[in-house]
Amino acid sequence: MTDAKDERRPAGELEATVMAALWAAGRPRTPAQVQADLASDLARTTVTTILSRLYEKGIVDRHRQGRGYAYFPVQDAPGLTARRMHSELDRDADRETVLARFVAQLSSDDERLLRELLESGEQ
Amino acid sequence: MTALLLVPLLLPFAVQPLAGRALDRLGPVAALWALTLTAIVLAGASVSALGALVLTGLLKLPLFAALGELVRPLPTPSDLLVLPAAAAATGVLTVSVLTILRSALRQLRAFRSARVQAERSPTAGDLCVIDSPHPDAYALPGRPNRIVVTTAMLRTLGPAEREALFAHERAHNAGSHHRFLVAAELAAHCHPGLRRVRGAIQLAAERAADEAAAAAVGDRRLTARAIARAALAAQASRSTRPDFASAATTGPVPQRVAALLASPEARPRTASWIALLLAACTAVSACAAVTGVITFHHEVEVAQGEAPR
Repeated sequence: MTDAKDERRPAGELEATVMAALWAAGRPRTPAQVQADLASDLARTTVTTILSRLYEKGIVDRHRQGRGYAYFPVQDAPGLTARRMHSELDRDADRETVLARFVAQLSSDDERLLRELLESGEQ
Repeated sequence: MTALLLVPLLLPFAVQPLAGRALDRLGPVAALWALTLTAIVLAGASVSALGALVLTGLLKLPLFAALGELVRPLPTPSDLLVLPAAAAATGVLTVSVLTILRSALRQLRAFRSARVQAERSPTAGDLCVIDSPHPDAYALPGRPNRIVVTTAMLRTLGPAEREALFAHERAHNAGSHHRFLVAAELAAHCHPGLRRVRGAIQLAAERAADEAAAAAVGDRRLTARAIARAALAAQASRSTRPDFASAATTGPVPQRVAALLASPEARPRTASWIALLLAACTAVSACAAVTGVITFHHEVEVAQGEAPR
């Protein structure tokens, strides 16, 4: 992916990408670290802009680190409710079809086949 | 008349073998449309046929014949045939209505629960993150459309794989795939022969989103790897394996991964044949149902003495 193409993506998609990287990291990250965690070649200034926008919206928090900030996702009480509700949803996982889930339940044969495909795909 | 009404009841079974092939031959998006339209028409025709059979049976009973102001008996084949058929149709129709209501309620509840959960979760752009140890991800249609991903799923995948996952879910939302899935669900409850068609529609929706994701990230292998790793991680996090997970058939996930790893080939010539056969089944079913119902209506009018024989 080229730099120009990434910069032209909708702002919402870029915010999603940056937030996903923060959650996946699981610890505070500086803009430079976030930039290194991304698959796309976003400019450091773009990453910084997105992070400060997320901070202004209250979705991420930050603390001082060196000359800049390290950012981390906001985790609070509502997160607990979300977790409980998710386990409720999880029970009916593959029977509910209105939510198009990314992956379905696997049978044991599926699991073996999938590992084989994964290995052959990585060669 | 009764014989004509049997056609829409039998045709869904004939469509079953076509459903699986449609996806291979037509390509995911075309198959999604073709199969969903077929399922809707076949389900509608089958319900109309059942309804006509139920009414025929009812009008055979003196009470309903009087209520329907019949001056002479409804011309039908032997009562020995019509009454059991009508009784069976009543049973099937009742079960269908009940299962549709139950499924609709359950889906609505799941959808609302997911929506509330998404509203309470941190959202950036269209992404809702749920802090959960279970890897899971889904597209959540609504205003605005959302994609919901758990933290466990985000940590399972690498940066590029996450982009493939997001592109997949965005494709579901952009294509309004939930409408197709709801139609498939309703159709499957209308006629048991359409359950396999529902499975094919679900797979077609996933394949369509997979192909869109592969195009968006520009890498089929990467997309295949994201799906495979997500599925294996989700499986590992499940504490119990449900009994209904049969080991005999290949489930949808390996099929999707294999399709992405295979190079996209030109559609074979048989594509038009599959499309034609599906269209023919749909047309025959609809015509038989419409003709059957019109004939039935005419016979009732004759029996009421309102129309000449």
